[in-house]
Amino acid sequence: MEIISLTSENFESEVLQAETPVLVEFWAPWCIYCKRLAPVIGRLGELEDFIPIKTVNVDEQPELEERYDVRVIPTLMVFKNGEPGERLIAPLSQHQLETFVTDQLKEQTEEL
Amino acid sequence: MINKMYDTIIVGGGPAGYTAALYAARSGLAALVLEMLSPGGQMATTSQVDNYPGFEEGVDGFALAEKMQKGAERFGAESAFAEVTGLQLDGRIKTVRTTGGDYQTRTVILAMGASPRTLGLPEEQDLRGRGVSYCATCDGMFYRGKTVAVLGGGNTAAADALTLAKLCKKVYLVHRRDTLRADSVYEQPLLKAENIEFILNARVKSMLHDDNGVTGVAYEDKMTGEMHELTVDGIFVAVGRSPNTAPAEGLLELDKSGYIVAGEDTKTGIPGVYAAGDVRVKPLRQIITAAADGAVAAKAAEEYLSGLK
Repeated sequence: MEIISLTSENFESEVLQAETPVLVEFWAPWCIYCKRLAPVIGRLGELEDFIPIKTVNVDEQPELEERYDVRVIPTLMVFKNGEPGERLIAPLSQHQLETFVTDQLKEQTEEL
Repeated sequence: MINKMYDTIIVGGGPAGYTAALYAARSGLAALVLEMLSPGGQMATTSQVDNYPGFEEGVDGFALAEKMQKGAERFGAESAFAEVTGLQLDGRIKTVRTTGGDYQTRTVILAMGASPRTLGLPEEQDLRGRGVSYCATCDGMFYRGKTVAVLGGGNTAAADALTLAKLCKKVYLVHRRDTLRADSVYEQPLLKAENIEFILNARVKSMLHDDNGVTGVAYEDKMTGEMHELTVDGIFVAVGRSPNTAPAEGLLELDKSGYIVAGEDTKTGIPGVYAAGDVRVKPLRQIITAAADGAVAAKAAEEYLSGLK
């Protein structure tokens, strides 16, 4: 699946109005840990049963960085029905990220 | 259970792991590297590696890691991305349990590397990513024009302070002793940097914070017993490293710092089990010594396997 880059313009339609939950990663090209996470994002993006992954380059999208109070990158959040869930910062492993997403989907479903 | 028998499973995809994989694969062994994130380990957090030979301009640590991975895979080594949850090392067939299933192998090369050590304060874990960082080159940019504290007195702390001094308004270098342990090459640059202030003989007691994250550091002056507070936007912890040897606890001999006891031949107390790179007790922990260990471990595994036949 293609990993879509988010902007202030498409955030509404790609994330807030999305029909399915979306995993959003806030990153920047200079962020070393983001680079380490990139292969993980790429692998998960190829899985058919994984939720869509979309990314925000905080250097290019300071408005989104501010709106979601992103103070450290990489920061990841699952958005569902226009609402962000808890944030995960710099996961140590692919498994940690997968578990986070699974838990977020569960929690957000229970709230409904 | 994954239905394949490996000749060697290498735990950890840093320079030790992928060098072991390269040598093992080139010797015709069925080799698998288990990595929990992406290749490189600590090496991948350095954007400029200048002490690995062959790169006259230096090399990006992550790029070097990917080259090592691809180099090993070119000869048939495999990679799987999962966390090791348990090891069964005795006997001829060994089992590596992971979050992605259980693997069987005849030999195991442990190359899990090391991670930055935490200070161990109760609030530290919660503040990770909210003002507390363990990697100045990774997160320093977030503190451009701000005030930060570097906690520690070794080479990492000195290098971190210098990195941050270029970005930040003010850097406090907070150390518990009266002098730094860092190599002398750091001394002049540290003294010259006008925005670095040394806070020595300081025992850090707590990380001050509000709902938004870190606001300061509270420390005790060891000489006077008085408590002081520094107002900072970020805290960089640089108090050394500890080996990622948790899966080996209780199975292999570890030294008091947790490193696996194995000699230059990388052999542990269990036949067919080797320790390579930063996880091993050794005098110099560098990319090149890790890579060297990987080669030695793969050779040892190969010899052990031919003895089994």
